[in-house]
Amino acid sequence: MESATVALGHGHEEHHGPPEANQSSRIDRQTLGILLFIVSEVMLFGAFFASYFFLRVVVNPSEWPPHPYELPVAVAGINTAILVSSSFTIHYALESIRRGNRAGLKLGLVLTWLLGATFLFIQINEYVHIGFSDRDLAFGSIFYGLTGLHGAHVFVGLLLLSFATIRAFRGHFGPAAKDHLGVEVPGIYWHFVDVMWLIVYTAVYIL
Amino acid sequence: MHNPLRSEADAFRWVVTIGVAAVAVIALTLLTRPVFGVVLAAALLGFGAGIAYRSSRGSERGPVELTRGRDGRHRVLVVANETVGGEALLEEIRERCREKDCEIFVLTPALAGSRAAHWASDVDEAIELARQRMELSLIAIKELGLKAKGEIGDSDPNVAIEDALRTFPADEIVISTHPPQRSRWLEGGVVERARERIDLPLTHVVVDVAAERSVS
Repeated sequence: MESATVALGHGHEEHHGPPEANQSSRIDRQTLGILLFIVSEVMLFGAFFASYFFLRVVVNPSEWPPHPYELPVAVAGINTAILVSSSFTIHYALESIRRGNRAGLKLGLVLTWLLGATFLFIQINEYVHIGFSDRDLAFGSIFYGLTGLHGAHVFVGLLLLSFATIRAFRGHFGPAAKDHLGVEVPGIYWHFVDVMWLIVYTAVYIL
Repeated sequence: MHNPLRSEADAFRWVVTIGVAAVAVIALTLLTRPVFGVVLAAALLGFGAGIAYRSSRGSERGPVELTRGRDGRHRVLVVANETVGGEALLEEIRERCREKDCEIFVLTPALAGSRAAHWASDVDEAIELARQRMELSLIAIKELGLKAKGEIGDSDPNVAIEDALRTFPADEIVISTHPPQRSRWLEGGVVERARERIDLPLTHVVVDVAAERSVS
């Protein structure tokens, strides 16, 4: 909320330009920004899912995945566990800095980054060995489209985590909420990336 | 409306909840047939949407957190916008503070012209109008010999009150509105909701600005 405590006689004269932006204490601007960004990302993923379910339900091919292709459900399942684990480590990092535990913050961020990088490495390895490309039928296009879109988000998340980790090792961030927004905002984004993968994995690999 | 995703901790809870649901769907699909997994996923999706809608309506919110002053001073939170300079309101403030060491906090919500303007944060003009009204009312209150300060609040009056109570240790609240036939705050249940959620004495003052102008 904007504060406008008024000193009689000279409070208003000192103000120049447009009034300050109103801000409720319900949510800070940075967090609101990442939430609005996530809303736009949900729509982007929604468009890809619409294509995917159109192919599966409306076109309704006799086999899915089409013969002779197979999806590595077990490997992707392990990868899913790795990525979901990283949500716990980023949460640990945030909880640590909220309690003033800087070592916990660093450990949590490094572990999260490593888990995210491992996920991405395994996914790229999966692309190399999966046996079909994005040019193989609509199935190949939508598979690479959906998983690749998610992979790009993991990559962006890793970049954000890299900045946060470097800053943590340089002594930035503190227990007060406004002092660790640089971890909070990437943390929210990372959780979003994890949730999207849970949905992608369940829809594409399992159902 | 309550935002169910305000922090990383909220986001983490969503990950855990959706993760548990995903494990259930995956297990059912692998143990039976995909169609059962689809049915469970659809059911969980519907259930989740219902819960999200219910929590966004604010039904799970608790009472407003209050701070308390410990210096014996009587503090009054005055909530008003277009009626902030009304004679009836000033009279009520004078009555509340009679023979007391009193401090007034004037909270003036910046009224957005429409819901669209509220969502688009198109409230610059509303903030400026609210500031002008608040400053005039602060002058009037100080002329009564009372200590007063003011703040521009969220365009939702109930949210603005909650925000103000986090920093101002009020002993009571005075909400000023137009008469019932003209008041959007009364139509929106602002006073009733404040009474339900805030454990403080609350006085509702009706200010008929038009009638006061015609008399003066």
